[in-house]
Amino acid sequence: MTTALSAVDLRKSFGDFEAVKGISFEVPTGQTFSILGPNGAGKSSTMKMVTTVSPVTSGSLTVLGMDPTTNGRAIRARLGVVPQEDILDSEMTVRENLVMYSRYFGISWADARTKADELLKFVQLADRAGDKVEPLSGGMKRRLTIARALVNDPSLVLLDEPTTGLDPQARHLLWDRLYQLKEQGVSLLLTTHYMDEAEQLADRLIIMDNGTISAEGSPTQLIAEHCSKEVVELRFDNRTSPELQSVAEQSGLRIENLPDRTLVYADDGDAALSHLAEQGVHPTGTLIRRATLEDVFLALTGRSLNE
Amino acid sequence: MTALSNDSSGRSSQSTAPFRMVERNALAWRHNWWVIASGAFEPLFYLLGLGFGMGALVGAIDVNGVEMPYKNFVAPGLMASAAMNGAVFDTTMNFWFKLKQERTFDAILNTPLTLTDIVVGELGWSVARGAIYALFFLIAMAALGLTTSWWVLLTLPAAILIAWMFGSLGIYFTTYMRTWTDFDFLPLILMPLFLASTTFFTLQTYPTWARPIVQATPLYQGAALLRNLSFGTPGWNDVGHVVYMVVLSALCTRAASKRLGPLLQS
Repeated sequence: MTTALSAVDLRKSFGDFEAVKGISFEVPTGQTFSILGPNGAGKSSTMKMVTTVSPVTSGSLTVLGMDPTTNGRAIRARLGVVPQEDILDSEMTVRENLVMYSRYFGISWADARTKADELLKFVQLADRAGDKVEPLSGGMKRRLTIARALVNDPSLVLLDEPTTGLDPQARHLLWDRLYQLKEQGVSLLLTTHYMDEAEQLADRLIIMDNGTISAEGSPTQLIAEHCSKEVVELRFDNRTSPELQSVAEQSGLRIENLPDRTLVYADDGDAALSHLAEQGVHPTGTLIRRATLEDVFLALTGRSLNE
Repeated sequence: MTALSNDSSGRSSQSTAPFRMVERNALAWRHNWWVIASGAFEPLFYLLGLGFGMGALVGAIDVNGVEMPYKNFVAPGLMASAAMNGAVFDTTMNFWFKLKQERTFDAILNTPLTLTDIVVGELGWSVARGAIYALFFLIAMAALGLTTSWWVLLTLPAAILIAWMFGSLGIYFTTYMRTWTDFDFLPLILMPLFLASTTFFTLQTYPTWARPIVQATPLYQGAALLRNLSFGTPGWNDVGHVVYMVVLSALCTRAASKRLGPLLQS
């Protein structure tokens, strides 16, 4: 298996502040790799180093087999970048945005036009080709940004929080396009703070918090490692239940108190629930569901992912 | 692992990379080309209004001991300010728009283009705009019978130098701007510069103490050079003007690039 991207003890500092505190990970070619974490975890700083725009403070980084410090231009020629804010060129039309972006890659005008039309179809924006960028909806701008990242047929596409702020419909359309890219063998690196997005798209992921990696693996692996199979959500009239704490301690159940509910981790939710009832714990509302990455994050950091 | 080396198939060579910025600006301005065109007429209006109109009232004036019509005196100064204005438009507010407001440069830095490509390309575009304004003005001068010497042909490369100087000054100045309102200072600098850099009055008009101040301004250097060339009276002091402008342009280009680094690539 070849490697699209590898980082070893990668660090990034801004003055006294260390945004990325020595992380190591590898993205195999053709895979979708996700960096999951709350705002301020160091996701974007990592992304900017990979795009070669932000210099590496220390550690080593290899992108498509090259060193960003010395081969920035050559690396960027084979990268597709979807920045957190779209930063489309507001002085041009939708189609001109793609044509001009191709030109930055040294693609001929004729090829650039053909590619632009092809990509506009791919992201379902062909009917808006001649429009200015500004009146487009958030989802459309995002799709245009993705089309723009593909003008050079990149080997590795970087997506920084691609669906933040989009409605569910727009998110699904975007995910669908990302699946298609994956099928074409493009490696994807995406950051997100939505655990469902990481579960949907990622082959492997790292969970970042405070500039460090707190867990790494495939979504199912991480859930199996750090969480029970099921999670029981309990709600009480007066927010918490004093009995629950002691019952859980006696019977060795792991619980997590959230502001609005309490989570009980158990491989068999029904059994746990009846056990609690026998011990005199009577919640006003219960819900048994399978464990998600959100629970993994909670278990690892003791707080919710979306803050 | 395949094709790890610099894949250059169908890709332009790196030396032409800055020209992509010129293309980008041409494409962006295509929808508003008349804005650029109208800028070329402004100095011409001054020439007609002040040079020919007021010049009729002023009569002949004494320039360095030579008698000449006022319109002949005003024209080269206006040509210098045409080059200045052309270069300043796209390196101040329009540059800031792309740097901070729309962050166009951030998107471009994700392509093979480098920061130097962007600075060189943006400067190139502004210099071209200044040079086109100057050329347009020069043609008008010739048509109005204000050119008397073949030396006048050298005013064009001199105008390119003026445009480079003001383009690089503009970018350097713009790297310090925090918000739109900071640009309200710009007319406060450009207007006195335009009026006082011997565009409309000879240096002898100023009190002795003020003359060195006027002579130190960049536009004076440009105007004086264009004036000597257009009258066909170049001298050693013109070498001084050229050196002044080349040094200032080089310093500003360097300083601007240095300041843009942390702004765009931290």
